[in-house]
Amino acid sequence: MRVVIAEDLALLRDGLVRLLSAHGFTVAEAVDNEPMLLAALLRHRPDVAVIDVRLPPGFTDEGLRAALEVRRRVPGLPVLILSQYVEQLYARELLADRGGGVGYLLKDRVGDVERFVDAVRQVAAGGTAMDPEVVSQLLTRRDRQGPLTALTPREREVLALMAEGLSNLAIAARLGVSDKAVGKHTNNIFAKLGLPPSDDHNRRVMAVLAYLQAVPR
Amino acid sequence: MRVWGAAALRGAGELVLNVVTGLAALLLVAGLAVCAVLVPVGVRGPFERVRRVAGDLAGFQAERVLGAARRVSGRRELVWLVVHAVAGPAPVVVLWAMVAALDYVFLRMRPAETSVWNTFALSVATVAIAVVVVLAVPVLRRGQALPVRYLLAGLGPRERIRELAASRAAVVDARAAELRRIERDLHDGAQAKLVAIRMQLGLARGARDVEEVRAMIDEAREVAGEALAELRDLVRGIHPPVLADRGLAGAIEASALLCPMPVEVDIDLPGRPQPPVESAVYFAAAEALTNVAKHSGASRAWVRLRYGGGVLRLVVGDDGRGGVRRDAGGGVRGIADRLSVFDGSLVVSSPEGGPTVLTMEVPCVLS
Repeated sequence: MRVVIAEDLALLRDGLVRLLSAHGFTVAEAVDNEPMLLAALLRHRPDVAVIDVRLPPGFTDEGLRAALEVRRRVPGLPVLILSQYVEQLYARELLADRGGGVGYLLKDRVGDVERFVDAVRQVAAGGTAMDPEVVSQLLTRRDRQGPLTALTPREREVLALMAEGLSNLAIAARLGVSDKAVGKHTNNIFAKLGLPPSDDHNRRVMAVLAYLQAVPR
Repeated sequence: MRVWGAAALRGAGELVLNVVTGLAALLLVAGLAVCAVLVPVGVRGPFERVRRVAGDLAGFQAERVLGAARRVSGRRELVWLVVHAVAGPAPVVVLWAMVAALDYVFLRMRPAETSVWNTFALSVATVAIAVVVVLAVPVLRRGQALPVRYLLAGLGPRERIRELAASRAAVVDARAAELRRIERDLHDGAQAKLVAIRMQLGLARGARDVEEVRAMIDEAREVAGEALAELRDLVRGIHPPVLADRGLAGAIEASALLCPMPVEVDIDLPGRPQPPVESAVYFAAAEALTNVAKHSGASRAWVRLRYGGGVLRLVVGDDGRGGVRRDAGGGVRGIADRLSVFDGSLVVSSPEGGPTVLTMEVPCVLS
């Protein structure tokens, strides 16, 4: 699996290269600024890109902007954004094209190597990997309207884990229930959110999107 | 001569307008008196509404007389309203009396003894009264402008100095307290955790048992995660990264997304204010939204941000239970303090039973 990495701090960039190489990824290029990132993504068309949100030259949200830009040109190119903080605003922008293959994680998560690598693979496969922090921010809301009110607390829990990018099997393990039970929950969720039958990946992305946009602006 | 005539005509026009606004003020005073009776019973709505109209009238007069936006509200506004209710129509009474006197002297007076001297004296008196009438117009106008200048024009230099000194002291205090808090948070938090991590790693280096080493590394990793979380919160409190990334519009939208109820965000800015103003307005909006989320019990809220006439105007409203007091301390007071540094103002309208509307204004330039 070929990956492009964008991170301006050499220490972290080298760490990411080493970490992903050790887990069977081929690092096509590791860059440290936004113009080089855009060029690298268009040249290599990697299976997945791991991008720091804050990059030179502006040190604001160049990484995110580059990711959105490249997905406009190459629809569905999988990107995983790393950041020192998470904003729901950014999560929503990433998911807005409904293409799937997006991740948005706190940099801390790199510390948990297995889960981080799983998330990268999940994104590369077209799934989503939202940081638990994004998800927990949503849980504090008291939704009074919208499709999510129809979900049971258990279904919400399952949806939250789905947003983090967990597979049914992983959700079952996390909640301590059977794989089959989780399958039933996810089908209920899809039905209640009015998502038509299509491939599972796509429906999961749509469900997460519905989740993130639960409260109308 | 024509210039003088035009000025006199304009003066007369102003007087007539003052009569109209004066009568309006009279009606408003009466309205306020009636509505004030209802306030102790818990019905604040009508009073607030009449009060707002009175504020608009005061603004209109200040704009006319001073040619500038007014920066005073509250008690002085009410005093002005009462004064204007009397002073507005008063010149008409004065002029009417003078013209009546003229009429009497000129047309009706029949001296008992018609002598040349009497006729001369009466003629002089007639001309004198006519001149006084004409000259009275600007004098009366100036007189009417005085209450506006004294009551609505904001603060005189001495009061201004006092206010600036107080706001500067508040800023210095707040800044110092903020730095102390950050120092303490770093010292007891991230710094202490890094020490713990080093210790764990040092112990792990010397340990023999593989399981033991793994447990120590796991713990070190967990502590590092906590330290990161603390640093993240600290950074967000100092200067939220999203504000640097996206400016006021993005940052306010981001904090609206964190509210438990739907928040309608309507922001239209032609540019960005200076960073300190931007930061103050952002924290004011965030604080206002936090208050809405925590205390109002509202089912929906809205934020509106506009720029016009050199003033940034932020309005945060909700449909909650109202009863927010500006002087109650806590969040609302904090907002006022934050904005006062930039000569900003905060007006709270929050009758019992809602809705609550906070209007914040900061004079600034956009780049």
